[in-house]
Amino acid sequence: MAVQEPAEPMLLPPRHHWRAVAAVAVSVVLAAFVASLAGNPNMQWDVVGNYLFSGQILDGLANTIILTILCMAIAIVLGIIIAIMAMSGNPVLYWVAQAYIWFFRGVPLLVQLVFWFNLALLWPRIGLSLPFTDIDYTISTNVLITSFVASVLGLALHEAAYMAEIVRAGLLGVDSGQSEAGRSLGMSDGQLLRRIILPQAMRIIVPPTGNEVISMLKATSLVAFIAGGDLMTAVQNVYSHNFRVMPLLIVASIWYLIVTTLATFLQFYLEKRVGQGFSSVASRSKRA
Amino acid sequence: MQAMVQISRLNKSFGAHHVLQDINLDIEAEKVTCVIGPSGSGKSTMLRCINRLETPNSGTITVDGELIGYEREGANLRELSTRRIAQQRARMGMVFQRFNLFPHLTVLQNVIEAPIQVRKMAKAQAEADAMRLLGQVGLTQKASAYPSELSGGQMQRVAIARALAMKPQLILFDEPTSALDPELVGEVLEVMRELATTGITMVVVTHEISFARDIGDRLVFMADGQIVETGEPKEMLANPIQARTKEFLSRIK
Ligand SMILES: Nc1ncnc2c1ncn2[C@@H]1O[C@H](COP(=O)(O)OP(=O)(O)OP(=O)(O)O)[C@@H](O)[C@H]1O
Ligand SMILES: [Mg+2]
Repeated sequence: MAVQEPAEPMLLPPRHHWRAVAAVAVSVVLAAFVASLAGNPNMQWDVVGNYLFSGQILDGLANTIILTILCMAIAIVLGIIIAIMAMSGNPVLYWVAQAYIWFFRGVPLLVQLVFWFNLALLWPRIGLSLPFTDIDYTISTNVLITSFVASVLGLALHEAAYMAEIVRAGLLGVDSGQSEAGRSLGMSDGQLLRRIILPQAMRIIVPPTGNEVISMLKATSLVAFIAGGDLMTAVQNVYSHNFRVMPLLIVASIWYLIVTTLATFLQFYLEKRVGQGFSSVASRSKRA
Repeated sequence: MQAMVQISRLNKSFGAHHVLQDINLDIEAEKVTCVIGPSGSGKSTMLRCINRLETPNSGTITVDGELIGYEREGANLRELSTRRIAQQRARMGMVFQRFNLFPHLTVLQNVIEAPIQVRKMAKAQAEADAMRLLGQVGLTQKASAYPSELSGGQMQRVAIARALAMKPQLILFDEPTSALDPELVGEVLEVMRELATTGITMVVVTHEISFARDIGDRLVFMADGQIVETGEPKEMLANPIQARTKEFLSRIK
């Protein structure tokens, strides 16, 4: 008998019997569901295909994206201002900020949208006019507040209340030693905020803001209630004429999912950028 | 000798806690003044009153003859705007126990930030100055590193370069080596030792008695919010006059 070299033992991963079972079970259920959808004549997939890239739908989609970006931009700027007001030592600014957050966070978004849309019922004309003089620069509210303007006002002002809370948490999350260091170098409050505090707060602000963008994207569908011209408005317009409700909702869902997915990628990229210089990122890039 | 800093009847309380009690102190120009004392005696608070990171309850502080934080209005003192106070701070440097480097900026960006933002210096000029200062603290090669990639000793040396970039007349050190591992203390003290030869006025709160003895021109001992004793460091360390100084020194030796 030949003498055998003792073989080096191979290192085997632990066995996961139940994982395989679970995978099979989930696959079976999923396959059955997909098959029943795909083969379901009520889904009318040909209608989905016809409308997915139709001009009307794409116009609505463009409006949804514009509304999302525009409203988030306004909400972020306003949110930063309100957060700074809430944190300033000035009691008037503090209470204005608190009242804003209390009101715009407390009233449901749909109620706010309908309110802005019907502002003319409250003030038929708005602008500047001085009593006892000829000065009268006013304009008909219905001309000024179109359904698009009402949509922007409703979505942005509501969102600003949430952004203010996110920004405030971000500002509070920056170590107080940072503002002391900046102050000791002679920086003004504005420079300190812009150059030192906000860039660091961004690391804390960006992830929840990404979630807000995605919520906003979906919340824009509420403006269909006031004919805001978004994707949902377009879909409703189509199915109110042809009654193909299910396939058109699928069209809307496909587009919402695509845009949400893109937004998620953007969020991931932004989180990496604002994390620059912070240990987890630094060690990651050193390892790479 | 002319005083760079004159502290007169300075009082500071946090709530009911009277942390600084009628402090009077002159700090000579171009000298190294070391401040020692037990924890909680008010050393940091006094330093932070000088550059007005804390607002005193009463008393006055002048730096290079200029009243800090106030202007005279008849017989009274009117508090300055935050903008004017920022301008006054720009003339004093401060080095913190916990370094407080800006983590989102590289070493070079840390050093040029205030010269560009506050002094409105041209970027090329600021960078040239910064590289010279980084050379002075021995960190030229780390210019493009982020603070999180540095050791504590390196971070503190960057913090010193950052303070020097504003060309201050006066630099305040609040326990610059207390957060460091023992083997890193030496490199920071060495940088401070060299700085002392350049003629800048230094106020150093420290627990490093040997630094105070070798480099200090004057030693100040604080306890319970009061200045108990001041003197020439070697003399005072060898022959403290006050009982509390004796007791403190015997405990730390
Ligand atoms: N912002 C603050 N609010 C309330 N109390 C404070 C504040 N800053 C300092 N104190 C208190 O004031 C006292 C003096 O603090 P200070 O930091 O000046 O002492 P210190 O001499 O620097 O001590 P250490 O050697 O521990 O740094 C301490 O009792 C401290 O708790
Ligand atoms: Mg202290």
